[in-house]
Amino acid sequence: MSDTGSSNGKQKSKVHPSGDDRYVALDRTMKRFHNEKDALLEVLHSAQETFGYLSEELLFYISNHLHVPLSQVYGVATFYHLFTFEPQGKHNCIVCTGTACHVKGSSEIVEKMSAVLSIPVGKTTEDGLFSLSTARCLGCCGLAPVAVINGEIQGKATPETIAKKVGLILADEMVVQDQEEAG
Amino acid sequence: MSRDKLDQIAEKEQARQSQFDKRVHCCISTACLSAGAGRTIQTLRDSVDAAPTGDEVEVVQTGCMGLCSRGPLVRVQEKSGEEVYYADVDSECAEELVAKTVSWDQAEAKQQELSPELQAVRDRLETARKKRSLKKHILSPDLPFFTKQFKVVLRDVGYVDPEKLEDYLAHGGYEALHKVLTEMSPEQVCDEMLRSGLRGRGGAGFPTGLKWGFVRREESDVKYVVVNGDEGDPGAYMDRTVMEDNPHQVLEGMMIAAYAVGANHGYFYIRAEYPIAVDRIRGAIRAARRHGILGKSVLGTDFSYNADVRIGAGAFVCGEETALMHSIEGKRGVPRMRPPYPSTSGLWGKPTVINNVETLASVPAIIKNGADWYAQIGTEKSKGTKVFALAGQLTNTGLIEVPMGITLREIVYEIGGDVPGDAEFKAAQTGGPSGGCIPNTHMDTPVDYESLQELGSIMGSGGLVIIDSTTSMPEFARFFMDFCVDESCGKCVPCRVGTVQIRTLLDKIIDGRGEPEDLDDLEVLCQLVRSTSLCGLGQSTPNPVLSTLRFFRQEYEALIPSSV
Ligand SMILES: Cc1cc2nc3c(=O)[nH]c(=O)nc-3n(C[C@H](O)[C@H](O)[C@H](O)COP(=O)(O)O)c2cc1C
Ligand code: SF4
Ligand code: FES
Ligand code: FES
Repeated sequence: MSDTGSSNGKQKSKVHPSGDDRYVALDRTMKRFHNEKDALLEVLHSAQETFGYLSEELLFYISNHLHVPLSQVYGVATFYHLFTFEPQGKHNCIVCTGTACHVKGSSEIVEKMSAVLSIPVGKTTEDGLFSLSTARCLGCCGLAPVAVINGEIQGKATPETIAKKVGLILADEMVVQDQEEAG
Repeated sequence: MSRDKLDQIAEKEQARQSQFDKRVHCCISTACLSAGAGRTIQTLRDSVDAAPTGDEVEVVQTGCMGLCSRGPLVRVQEKSGEEVYYADVDSECAEELVAKTVSWDQAEAKQQELSPELQAVRDRLETARKKRSLKKHILSPDLPFFTKQFKVVLRDVGYVDPEKLEDYLAHGGYEALHKVLTEMSPEQVCDEMLRSGLRGRGGAGFPTGLKWGFVRREESDVKYVVVNGDEGDPGAYMDRTVMEDNPHQVLEGMMIAAYAVGANHGYFYIRAEYPIAVDRIRGAIRAARRHGILGKSVLGTDFSYNADVRIGAGAFVCGEETALMHSIEGKRGVPRMRPPYPSTSGLWGKPTVINNVETLASVPAIIKNGADWYAQIGTEKSKGTKVFALAGQLTNTGLIEVPMGITLREIVYEIGGDVPGDAEFKAAQTGGPSGGCIPNTHMDTPVDYESLQELGSIMGSGGLVIIDSTTSMPEFARFFMDFCVDESCGKCVPCRVGTVQIRTLLDKIIDGRGEPEDLDDLEVLCQLVRSTSLCGLGQSTPNPVLSTLRFFRQEYEALIPSSV
């Protein structure tokens, strides 16, 4: 990331205090840690929580405020799986691929969902409606295989039950779209 | 706050609880919740409100009761202490349960004025009284699932309300902390731990008393205690359950460790995938602060202690102690060479004790009951109990705590209730991606650190996945290798490159393109990665491959065209 990038970042950061309210929450987190460099991970968490993903602007903003080189902010953020750098879909489906779910056939659920949504794992559909991802153990191995759709855990899942749930959500979205177009 | 004040709170809560004729505990931990426990507990509450009875009944939300595959789980506790467990309690069953447990009193019924909603519930209860399906839901206390267990760490999990400090106090909470602060020197605490034989439950099994002793003897103004709540094994949730369902127990253990080594500050490092655990631990810290259990003068003594929470961000390697500390410092979670060990140079270069959640959760009970009591549980070299997340192809899956030395046979056939259907028990996987598979021919192996290691597996943190004859072992090994390829931090070559090479070889074999010498190459490669990697991740990555090669070599050979 070059100079042009960083000037871009500064420009943006001037607008924020007045413009985007979400930066208030981020500023609060940084203040709580007295803008210390050690708080980088906490600040990244807070940023992703409020903004949904870590945009380049956000990384610049954090780098400036914590006085941590951008390369380091980027290095830390990309090291951890939890952080994403792309906007996430409106709905999401997370399939557990932990050991217990694996031995009970979770890979078939992943394949099926990938086919239904026509996206690979870790991606979002083009219309921004659905994201598909995997997780390692959701802590209900007793009900394996497990998937989470919009935060709701689905135990003893099969490719069919999950595809059906997702299909219903997509159908609802269609209805909404049609209504919007019509009215 | 002084001990007396806490005693008063405890007594008040005990008195409050004992006024009830019946207490109905409903598990609302993750597995039960996803099986519908939210509706169950609401139905229980409504039914108790609507039932015509003079009984005082309290419906309590609790943590995991263990038999997660049969959730939602409910337990009815009588005043006498007698208990009955019910499984698969849906709304309908919850109504029948209440209708049949409370003493039904028609006179009471006539007096009560009910809202239309509750009247409807009452009507349903009337019908429910005549049903006959409740029996099917009763879990006999004589089930091996219950009788074979021995609970130290999980003793109060599933009984206490995790969001209520009073309840923890009423169960004898913080008595152990008070005892060490007022009756024992730090040295005595370390000795007590050493004598108890407690070994680290994070996987490696290092004697806890020894570790604490090292840090105690370090000269430094600042020392730290770190709780390792990163629980990276993908298929295990012991530590999560303890943090969520009895957070004060972990905090108390952490504080005893702090006193023993002379630390005044500590961190919980919890993985981000466990938001409820994070909330509960934070809540416990706040409650403890309010009651003078944390802060400048702990329980009125001159010991001061504070704790904070740090959240992981989804990297398996951060469970490794040096990587974890880098992560707390806000850096990339990359391991470093040891020595120096954290006991001499840990967080920010200061002497640091780092212990697993379950290790610390064992501490209060050991202090209260004494090292000798703990040391008589288990085997000669592996003392005490171990919590396992029992999963995979079994009838009963869930969370169990067993004395060390129990055999796999007892766990699989008695506690687990055997493999369902026609399939056959094939192997038990312990230790997750760092562990191995134990074949059914070694069923009588006692579960202890040394025996598992001799079989090429490890005790690990407590993941125990049972696989049946439908699972192909080479593919299972590749599943773990995929995991390690993803999770290798990339700092050292043997692990970064070796894991990819191992996977490529596995792909080749599984795709039917293997050649006879590939198996030997695989073994050589595994040994190389094991002996030259920098941290525990690389050193243990080959375990799943090596152990399946050792016990299930014929499955690999069968995949190689020319060797058959
Ligand atoms: C790759 C790797 C992952 C680890 N993951 C964990 C973990 O998730 N939880 C844990 O308590 N210990 C984990 N450990 C072990 C820790 O490094 C450390 O030994 C442990 O926290 C010490 O606590 P104990 O003595 O109480 O077991 C891991 C080690 C390695 C090498
Ligand atoms: S062994 Fe693997 S995880 Fe450990 S330091 Fe080397 S590359 Fe990183
Ligand atoms: S492995 Fe899927 S929930 Fe634990
Ligand atoms: S989650 Fe309810 S019994 Fe384990």
